[in-house]
Amino acid sequence: MSILVDKNTRLLVQGITGREGTFHTGRMVDYGASVVVAGVTPGKGGQQVHGVPVFDSVARAVDKTGANTSVIYVPARFSADAIYEAANAGISLIVCITEGVPVLDIIAVRAYLDQQGARLVGPNCPGLITPGQAKVGIIPGNIVIPGPIGIVARSGTLTYEVMYALTMRGFGQSTCVGIGGDPVNGTDFIDCLEMFEADPQTEQMVLIGEIGGTDEEQAAEYIQEHVTKPVTAFIAGQTAPPGKRMGHAGAIIQGGAGTAAEKIAALAAAGVQVAEHPEQIADIVAANYKG
Amino acid sequence: MKLHEYQSKRLFAKYGVPIPPGDIATTPAEARKVAQELGGQVVVKSQVLVGGRGKAGGIKLAQNPAKAEAAARQILGMDIKGITVGTVLVDSAANIKTEIYLGIVIDRAARRPVMMASAEGGVEIEEVARTNPGAIIKAHIDPALGLREFQTRDIALNIGLNRAHWRAFNKIAQGLYQCFWANDASLAEINPLVITAEGELLAVDGKMLIDDNGLFRHPDLARMRDVSEETPAEVQARQFGLSYVDLDGEIGCMVNGAGLAMTTMDIIKLFGGSPANFLDIGGGAKSDKVAAALRIILADPKVKAVLFNVFGGITRCDEVAAGVLEALRQVPTEAPMVARLVGTNAKEGRAMLASANMITATTLAEAAQKAVAAARGR
Repeated sequence: MSILVDKNTRLLVQGITGREGTFHTGRMVDYGASVVVAGVTPGKGGQQVHGVPVFDSVARAVDKTGANTSVIYVPARFSADAIYEAANAGISLIVCITEGVPVLDIIAVRAYLDQQGARLVGPNCPGLITPGQAKVGIIPGNIVIPGPIGIVARSGTLTYEVMYALTMRGFGQSTCVGIGGDPVNGTDFIDCLEMFEADPQTEQMVLIGEIGGTDEEQAAEYIQEHVTKPVTAFIAGQTAPPGKRMGHAGAIIQGGAGTAAEKIAALAAAGVQVAEHPEQIADIVAANYKG
Repeated sequence: MKLHEYQSKRLFAKYGVPIPPGDIATTPAEARKVAQELGGQVVVKSQVLVGGRGKAGGIKLAQNPAKAEAAARQILGMDIKGITVGTVLVDSAANIKTEIYLGIVIDRAARRPVMMASAEGGVEIEEVARTNPGAIIKAHIDPALGLREFQTRDIALNIGLNRAHWRAFNKIAQGLYQCFWANDASLAEINPLVITAEGELLAVDGKMLIDDNGLFRHPDLARMRDVSEETPAEVQARQFGLSYVDLDGEIGCMVNGAGLAMTTMDIIKLFGGSPANFLDIGGGAKSDKVAAALRIILADPKVKAVLFNVFGGITRCDEVAAGVLEALRQVPTEAPMVARLVGTNAKEGRAMLASANMITATTLAEAAQKAVAAARGR
């Protein structure tokens, strides 16, 4: 088992003919286990990219291929429209990799998707991967192996660190979800914790947060009440100065709120083991197995 | 991106929010001229993008044009929290009877804009939130419905606004929300919104933050950016699409991904060093961007060692390596460099850097320890 994506995922790539879309379609096709069934670039229907047929619209691609999941690489100014198009065509899981989408676009998108019953992951995220089954997005396939650890994270490359360290120690992953670094996103920590708790393959969870907002504090409350499996966390930005945006649109300490110290305290109080640096996560996971 | 008070208020006015008549001045003589044209008592206000102007003496009342000129002379050139005042706003002084707070921010947890109001105007909303949270009345705004009139009426009722002002208050609240939404704001604030002795509502102070990600839709706003309050490195970094924050340590960092860049800073500190900067080259960075990033790092005299930490996903390690080599051709340096490349095309990238005499590392902890040692060695 796994969460959100697996061997039944039929993947569609929006923006497949762009530079990043083409490059990562190649990687997703090479990963092989999941089927990239279609690509969409308006005006370029009829082409092929890495053997994947390109359509002019998501509706046509879904009609011809039965795609049920979409991954979006289109530029930020077109991203909201791409998400609406996917939801309208009946896609139930939409993963937006694009960075730089205006937050008000996502607020409107999210309200619409909630009505449609579609799920968005991202934007500004690396996507997700269920090792050996489905790679949706840009997470390198060579650093993960199938296993019992569920990972959910706000950042991309930091999560790769953790996956890599776990994989090196022989701890594979059920699913890794990058929820993205923007102030408002489609899927949050709690959504993923809930799914991992219910997933029989997942034995432990790893949560990777960062400064800004209160998602980690809310996750801590949720864990306290609803999560029985061990959770290990890491929070980035302990040395970040207040009032400065640290790369991610959502990573900012505002009015003294959203500090790493507060998040670490909230998680620790909920019984979560908080690592000092990402490579310690594997040690904690290992110790949990020794019991 | 922050807008100045005068920029925010002019924008509000376009959406029907009443503001006092006034204009900006960059010299005392100009301030006098503005005061003359306005007539009567004026207020001379420093235009800086930091809070606490009033306490610092950056806001002064003036009874006549000569006193306005004198006030401007005092304020222009004044240092407020490290920022030199270059512009003042000269506004007609309102005959203030009551002060209200009215603002809109994004409630991240609710994933909605939220309008907030309080009868305690003129005080920072964070202060009210700490001391008297019950005094803040909130209304979340559904993006599909917009701000409804019942919501503004509800706010007016709950902050105890006299019924005579409800209509005017609704118009201002609607204007503020339209201004917020149409301009991709992440904050739009009128503090205070005053009721004058004449019974009129007036936005005497204004503040706006614009979502940098929305600026592509607003070239007019993008041009308003005041770079005088940023470091040259920060300005240069933005031109190359790099996320850069100046810090005061000695290890220059170049990392892909914001979370990993923050972690790299944290881990340098954990191993006894101190980061000179936060620098995220972003996803899919090409060699020219990487070269620009390295030039910015090496231009910082504090930097005693450089740490490259790249975990390839959308970013390809060979592109990063090409950029590093390109930058080193342009800006030769004696600073020791520690490189750690993992992920997409890492093998190719490592091979390229092997030729450049770099210290290499496999784990993040090892990379940080080597960078700390390298910085100490100089």
